[in-house]
Amino acid sequence: MNDIYIARSSAVAARALEEEMVIMSMRDSTLFTLNGAGAEIWSAADGRTPLGEIVRDNICAKFEVEQDAAYADAEAFCRALTEHGILRLSDQPIEPAG
Amino acid sequence: MGPLMKRIAAKASALKIPLNAHLDVTWKCNERCIHCYVDHGAGGDMSTGEIKSLLDQLAAAGTLFLTISGGEIMLRKDIFEIAACARSLRFDVKLKTNGILIGEREAARFGCLGVREADISIYSWRPEIHDAITLTPGSLARSIAAILHLRSQGIRTKIRTPIMKDTAADYPGIQALADELGVMVRFDLTIAPRLDGDRTPLELGVSSDALKGIFRDRRIAVNVEEVCAAPPPLDAQVLSEQLCGAGHAGVYITPQGDVAPCVQFPMVCGSLRRNTFAEIWRGPRFLRIREMRLRDLPVCSTCSNAPICSRCPGLAYLESGDFRGISSLDCKKSLARTGIATPPMRSHGAAPPLAAPDCTGVRHGGG
Repeated sequence: MNDIYIARSSAVAARALEEEMVIMSMRDSTLFTLNGAGAEIWSAADGRTPLGEIVRDNICAKFEVEQDAAYADAEAFCRALTEHGILRLSDQPIEPAG
Repeated sequence: MGPLMKRIAAKASALKIPLNAHLDVTWKCNERCIHCYVDHGAGGDMSTGEIKSLLDQLAAAGTLFLTISGGEIMLRKDIFEIAACARSLRFDVKLKTNGILIGEREAARFGCLGVREADISIYSWRPEIHDAITLTPGSLARSIAAILHLRSQGIRTKIRTPIMKDTAADYPGIQALADELGVMVRFDLTIAPRLDGDRTPLELGVSSDALKGIFRDRRIAVNVEEVCAAPPPLDAQVLSEQLCGAGHAGVYITPQGDVAPCVQFPMVCGSLRRNTFAEIWRGPRFLRIREMRLRDLPVCSTCSNAPICSRCPGLAYLESGDFRGISSLDCKKSLARTGIATPPMRSHGAAPPLAAPDCTGVRHGGG
């Protein structure tokens, strides 16, 4: 399986509010909230850690789910956030945005 | 406010997280608006380092929405450094400015930094009226140019218009101007006393008759029926409501580092030059404000207009020094909306006395 890398977009504002992450898109002023698992993935999206490692360490370890199923859900989730412009996704490590 | 934003705001309020912070970076200004509430001569502005430290503390406290305002923000030489610091801490940044020092280059810098919103004050679509309010010749043209520059950078730009006695006929023209510029407009009927308590600006506010018309003008009122409906009963649930979001999920910081519940509620609760933000936010003055409910207000808790009243504890504080008191401006607004002059309003001079005692057979005092 080819892993992917994810990085938070610089064109967002974000803050944790208890267990959820509140995110405002600069692009279209859309407000998003991510639940516990989503917030974990978002917080770990440093552009250097492969998604598989994020799922293993931050999802499977905390939410008691199988790696394969969790990875599939996480990848779909990340692609959806990418479409909204609040996450960047690549098959290579991602340099931090200027 | 959409349902998601409402839920987030309610959660922040319940958790006592200052989700919204309004930071005045200076009170110096290059306009001299006749209704302005700040003291342009006040010195002692926080240094760049003090503001960066504050931003760190606000981020740690959970603030997401940061309004950078003044005075005129562009008079600070470090304004881009402040905005850059705020963005690096992932704040959602809104600027409030008159825009007259924002050209193409400045707008581009804010755009690159990821500033999402900018509010520009416009008082009339007619230069002779707008410039007479700002006491700054050419200011309308420059503010409009700034709107176009900011908008071209993808910054959501909004016209903010306080409606005053002498501009009460101009708001349709401002709406047309906003439509032409492709931006939103927000009208405000509040003219506040100065922060030092001077009530002179209140004389500039619109008349009661004009207020009635504005609340019923379908060109700008979203839902006239709802806004002007008779109030629901003043029941236990209404009486147990908090006064507003100030001090619950919102906070205001002056250029000198004083911390207060809201820009319109300047009751100083502490100084960042003596205490940390967290110490002030958790301190006794904020706690006192948070404990206050409508039932604790000696006059307003007996007013049948209270369920729909926009009563501002800050305006009450500026009016009498007691945030539990009445805000006569809000009494005037609720009267204009509902048409009901309640006994508490009459007895405190916030509504005219009954014209003829024999209308009801009851004598009402005050007035």
